[in-house]
Amino acid sequence: MSGLAVFKPFWRNKLARTGMIIVLLLVLVAIFAPVIAPYSPYNSSFPPMLGPSAQHWLGTTQAGQDVFSQLVYGARQSLWVGFAAGTAATILGLIIGLIAGYAPGIVDDVLSYLINVFLVIPGLPLMIILAAYAPVHGSLLIIFVITVTGWAWGARVLRSQVTTLRSRDYVAAARFAGDGMLRIVFREIMPNMISLVAAGFLGAAVSAILAAAGLEFLGLGDPSINSWGTMLYWAENSGALLQGQWAWLFAPGFLIAVLGTSLVLINFAVDEMANPRLRKKA
Amino acid sequence: MRYLIRRGSMLLLTLWSAITLNFLLPRLMPGNPAEVMLAKFKGKGNMGPQAIYAIKVMLGITNESLWHQYLQYWGEIFHFNFGISYTYFPYSVTHMIAQALPWTLVLIGVTTVLSFLIGTGFGIWAAWTRGSWFDMSVTSIFTFTSSFPYFWFAMIVVFILAFTFQVFPNSGGYATQMVPGFNMAFLGSAIYHSILPALTILVSSLGGWQLQMRNNMIAALNEDYVVLARAKGLPQRVLAMGYAARNAILPNMTSFAMSLGFVVSGAILVELVFSYPGMGSLLYNAVSNEDYPLMQGIFLMIVVCVVAANLVADIVNVALDPRIRRGGGEA
Repeated sequence: MSGLAVFKPFWRNKLARTGMIIVLLLVLVAIFAPVIAPYSPYNSSFPPMLGPSAQHWLGTTQAGQDVFSQLVYGARQSLWVGFAAGTAATILGLIIGLIAGYAPGIVDDVLSYLINVFLVIPGLPLMIILAAYAPVHGSLLIIFVITVTGWAWGARVLRSQVTTLRSRDYVAAARFAGDGMLRIVFREIMPNMISLVAAGFLGAAVSAILAAAGLEFLGLGDPSINSWGTMLYWAENSGALLQGQWAWLFAPGFLIAVLGTSLVLINFAVDEMANPRLRKKA
Repeated sequence: MRYLIRRGSMLLLTLWSAITLNFLLPRLMPGNPAEVMLAKFKGKGNMGPQAIYAIKVMLGITNESLWHQYLQYWGEIFHFNFGISYTYFPYSVTHMIAQALPWTLVLIGVTTVLSFLIGTGFGIWAAWTRGSWFDMSVTSIFTFTSSFPYFWFAMIVVFILAFTFQVFPNSGGYATQMVPGFNMAFLGSAIYHSILPALTILVSSLGGWQLQMRNNMIAALNEDYVVLARAKGLPQRVLAMGYAARNAILPNMTSFAMSLGFVVSGAILVELVFSYPGMGSLLYNAVSNEDYPLMQGIFLMIVVCVVAANLVADIVNVALDPRIRRGGGEA
């Protein structure tokens, strides 16, 4: 299969195509931020709290920074944290889920117990506690906290899938050929559930983006780093509401919602691949 | 019954893990935040020896063995003795939580149930009329709203309905001049103040239920027993509600329990935006003042509530699904 053929099912599904285009656009914005943004996001030489105008499309902040430039540069941080935490949580969930599903007895019991505990404990309060105790604040801390609290959902789905796959003939064949557990799990079983892994990644990325925004909004990120979440933090804390700065308030959250939506849209195509019944009848 | 015992012991284990985690966190963190905390307390005023003891046990400022500390810690928890709040000195953590908890329980309880019912209803209808104008528009709108950051939508709602049009109050749980009590005027004011936060949580959480129910229902509509029922010529209504939806809702019940954690998390941020006098605002104040005793108490209380809600959802599940009663079903 050529590399491009992988994208075919995504492109065929109209919703997924829309999602892919939007994500691609946001990635381009992040890469070419210096070209697109008229000013530096940290340049605070403008009059504070201006409304939207031709010079400042979305107005200026309390500190006299250009909101539109912050929005453009903020895409970098928000995309990076979302995808990094989503990837890390997926890998952790993958490892634990696959081993729990394949290994018999006590290993499965212990790992399943861990999965269940992390599913029940509400994520954000745990994240808040972890972040509040941490001595340093920054994007690495946020990625770490989201990974620790966000892997369990994927692990649970993968585990139950592996328990149905492990009795298949090709797995037995690999076992008789003398392959070790790790090789069987990651080389024989995993390729057969790649759509589940993809769906898990997209879901994890969406919740990571939302969680990162929430933590930054609470001031648990590094408020001096420019991202969509910290923009909302500053907007709330400098009374953007009272001053009628609707653009400053509206834009960052809107982009977070758009990014989350497009990832969910891409997931529709993954769902159809995993579950042919969801496909529309021709 | 066996299923319930298994789930019950699982939840008890979860509770134990969360409490132990809460015990270990301040002890494992570098830089000893607890000592700093106690030093700050000394500047606040006179504390009884008992209060100091409780804080020491909760945060681990003793020279005793870890195991001994752990036993003491459990002792304090069983006496609901979480120490003194730093932010709200001289009030105890228990006192602050007892004040905030009812607000959050009512707000989240009512909105979660409403959201589940409405979202599931929309999901059934969308799957039944799959591919129609209604399905496409409802599903795309809910996909979008379910990606809203809860707190951002809260801010937008405040901006439009509270500031611009001034239809609703922008913050608080009741009118400031009122004294909390069980009278009509106070309850009315409390309900009036809760409409916007409830609306926010409702809109942001509806989509998840709708999308999931739609998926389950589409899968159920393709099952053989539904095809047979259709072939027998059963009325459409019976087919949709009695055959397909009845089975499609079961996996939704399970995830209802699990996603309670998400709803609680979302509500924390919404409460903050509205300065709602619940657990979320309290947690935020605790975190921003580095009030570790209060923070730990709140975390414990939230976990206890979520575990209890999970247990209720499990009991409902057993009542609804005979397959689980018969010992099958996935834990």
